[in-house]
Amino acid sequence: MPKLEDVCHQIRSKNAGPFWISVDLFFRDREAFDRYAGAKELQPRQLAPLFGVRTDQVECHLVPDLAVLKISYPRRDPQGGMIERDLHGGQQYVRIVDLELS
Amino acid sequence: MNSNEVCTNVLVPIGALGLGVDEGDVERGVAAGAHVIACDAGSTDSGPAYLATGVSKYSRAAIKADLRILMRARHAAKIPLLIGSCGTSGCDKSLDWTRDIALEIAQELGQRPRIAMLYSEQDPQTMAKLAESGRMAPLPPTEGVDPEQFRSCDRIVALMGPEPYMAALKAGADIVLGGRTTDTAVLAALPLMRGAGAGPAWHAGKIAECGALCATRPREGGVMIRVGKTSFEVEPLRPGNTCTPHTVSAHMLYENSDPFQLHEPGGMLDVTNARYEAIDERSVRVTGSEFVSRPYTMKLEGAARGGWQTLMLVGIQDRKVLANIDRFLGRMHEVLTTLVNKAMGNAAGNFHISLRPYGWNAVSGLPVNSNVAPPQEIGLLFIATAQTQEVATQIAKTCNPWFFHLPLEEAQGLPSYGFPFSPAELERGQVFEFKLNHVVHVVDAMELVRTSFVEVKEHVDA
Repeated sequence: MPKLEDVCHQIRSKNAGPFWISVDLFFRDREAFDRYAGAKELQPRQLAPLFGVRTDQVECHLVPDLAVLKISYPRRDPQGGMIERDLHGGQQYVRIVDLELS
Repeated sequence: MNSNEVCTNVLVPIGALGLGVDEGDVERGVAAGAHVIACDAGSTDSGPAYLATGVSKYSRAAIKADLRILMRARHAAKIPLLIGSCGTSGCDKSLDWTRDIALEIAQELGQRPRIAMLYSEQDPQTMAKLAESGRMAPLPPTEGVDPEQFRSCDRIVALMGPEPYMAALKAGADIVLGGRTTDTAVLAALPLMRGAGAGPAWHAGKIAECGALCATRPREGGVMIRVGKTSFEVEPLRPGNTCTPHTVSAHMLYENSDPFQLHEPGGMLDVTNARYEAIDERSVRVTGSEFVSRPYTMKLEGAARGGWQTLMLVGIQDRKVLANIDRFLGRMHEVLTTLVNKAMGNAAGNFHISLRPYGWNAVSGLPVNSNVAPPQEIGLLFIATAQTQEVATQIAKTCNPWFFHLPLEEAQGLPSYGFPFSPAELERGQVFEFKLNHVVHVVDAMELVRTSFVEVKEHVDA
């Protein structure tokens, strides 16, 4: 089973406002997108525990024209508070790059 | 674009004022027929401190250098200049800070522009009362409206739409300096005023909000948007840079939770049916953008002050420690907390100690797989948070000996980890927090906005 990073040419994350993080998966090509963007490992139920949120808080948006899957979820703590570790959310994608896709 | 169509050309020189405007970009945009120069100067992206303190993220020198180029070009071309979200947070204090820079430049250049100021900072007590009267609605993931949340804020700003900019332009403003505004609204203002389609105007604003970030070389300057009734075009200002259907449509992903719908004051931009096509090798035409009108709301941003923090940092290369980092840190946290409670008692107040092993898992805070090899070294950051700076520093000083010398096992000798500076503790200052994630329902776009005009001469003589 390939890893997520093997089927994407770019994976990134960033704040979408102070209360949300959004992760963009740019699949290698349309074929990889069609094959893997709907994989069960990339569903809210599987992603929620990795991001530490509830399943119903994870939004997955498919953007076929760009071969992109966009995953958005609320921050557990608003940006910049006492226990901040990643102010801009730019490193949050790293925890999913090794996901093995079926 | 259809040549019969009224078209408004917006020169967007840079993604944010202060990043380094290129004079050549601006000259090319003006020569290409810009009707307005517009950009923003703020964002929440760098955290709550800038709103809570009213201090700009970028330096005065950086803002002045960029503003000077834009004011000179505006004067020569006789077109208006619109700047939104002045001074990072767009609060009154940072807006006035930007005004003073503009006045200084005007004096140096011998210009006397008519400057409109748009203030959108809100009084926390007034906002709490609006919350009590049912005028507020929470945005996900926030649930409910607690008026005390509004009262607890040091500063609150409301995000303006394009209407205050349009009103200021109609009143004859040469330069409009705006408080907090949606990035898109600043760029959409003149097109909307000149009869552009709402869908193209808002969509063009979103695409151009970060300057050349919608182009193949994202760090190279700005873009020109040409906005018509049913479509818009986008083209980079820098020769050699290019916009492609891919780079332009991909910008809808940036810093949005939803790639197709964007909520704005007074409506929602929907680009589900947008089509992106190359006009030539460097510019793109977009059709099919829609704007759905909604009851007018303004998003609020509020920030409050929290505790105070004092830091210490040690470098650790000790191999036994590095082979057992998690156990070591668990033990250290326990030892330090016990030490503070014992030495300081109630004087420590409600305190918090965080240990962040950079080089291991400080960024994620997540457990590391057991099959991962130990690192060669880590930087261990100690963060004490307390009710005052003084107490946070006393906590750090109390912890210092054990943060410096704690062995992995009790039986081992006394290691000394590597402090990089003396004194070991560093007073970082206060923690700030975003408190609000709400919109306020307003009677109209101007209800919470205060507009005033500044005449340069009066100010210089004062």
